[in-house]
Amino acid sequence: MMKEDKFILGGKEFQSRFILGSGKYNVELIQAAVRNAGAEIITLAVRRANSSGEGNIVDYIPEGVTLLPNTSGARDAGEAVRIARLSRELGCGNFVKVEIMRDSKYLLPDNQETIKATEQLVKEGFVVLPYMYPDLNVARDLADAGAAAVMPLAAPIGSNKGLATREFIQILVDEIDLPIIVDAGIGRPSQACEVMEMGAAAVMANTAIATAGDIPLMASAFRRAIEAGREAYLSGLGRVREAGGEASSPVTGFLRD
Amino acid sequence: MIINGEKKSYPGGRFLSQLLQEEGFRAERVAVELNGEIVPKTAYGDTFVGEADKLEVVSFVGGG
Repeated sequence: MMKEDKFILGGKEFQSRFILGSGKYNVELIQAAVRNAGAEIITLAVRRANSSGEGNIVDYIPEGVTLLPNTSGARDAGEAVRIARLSRELGCGNFVKVEIMRDSKYLLPDNQETIKATEQLVKEGFVVLPYMYPDLNVARDLADAGAAAVMPLAAPIGSNKGLATREFIQILVDEIDLPIIVDAGIGRPSQACEVMEMGAAAVMANTAIATAGDIPLMASAFRRAIEAGREAYLSGLGRVREAGGEASSPVTGFLRD
Repeated sequence: MIINGEKKSYPGGRFLSQLLQEEGFRAERVAVELNGEIVPKTAYGDTFVGEADKLEVVSFVGGG
């Protein structure tokens, strides 16, 4: 029996290590996706409100789920801080995923501005989860700034290309004393599983689920892959033999002369 | 006044709570900046928005 394995972020305990993005779905599907994902943290974006007043996404998110607003749309630290303050005013807690981009082709995060925004938002009492390009020095600066976790990208946002930054994520897992939440680019359950085996604390995915043929079924596949990867990590992976094989069956008692 | 980048006509101005209602926003699902400063929800009833003011009204949407 595995001992209790809780994921703690900003003083809150979570059972699930799957952070689900809520973009690109029909709102009617959000509930089923959240349920099948077993997700306890859902990301959201902040935009100008439309005045129809109907169908706000918050109405479709099950009770008890922690909302993680992002600062998407921010091009520098100042804009990210502004969006974070507005998101807190929306009355759903003080978690924020800092996301700052100047590049609209690859959507790569601006690490320097991300550090500045993290410093400021931590001072203002936010639980800050910065989305970042996996760079060890930047991750250290984010930790020093008081980030609650770091969220390195696996591949460009929305690409479903998988673990393009694998080696660099491993360095963060090994060297940074904060939860490493792999965000962006994870396209398949097997990739989510792999990054959990590597020791990531959690996986965030959106497009992989939102663009799947059967959204609730893919949410469930990701949940199971993340759980499997976590258990494998906690177990300690079996060793690799670089050359040759090693029999698993006894090497004595063969039925031969 | 300007609401979310659009020019609107409210001669004489309005209290914010009334303005949100007339514009069709759900107060419990929005956050508001008046001339760049956040207005706390508890102050909607006694914050007056004049014809020269600029308002941003935001809400949560799906996002990753």
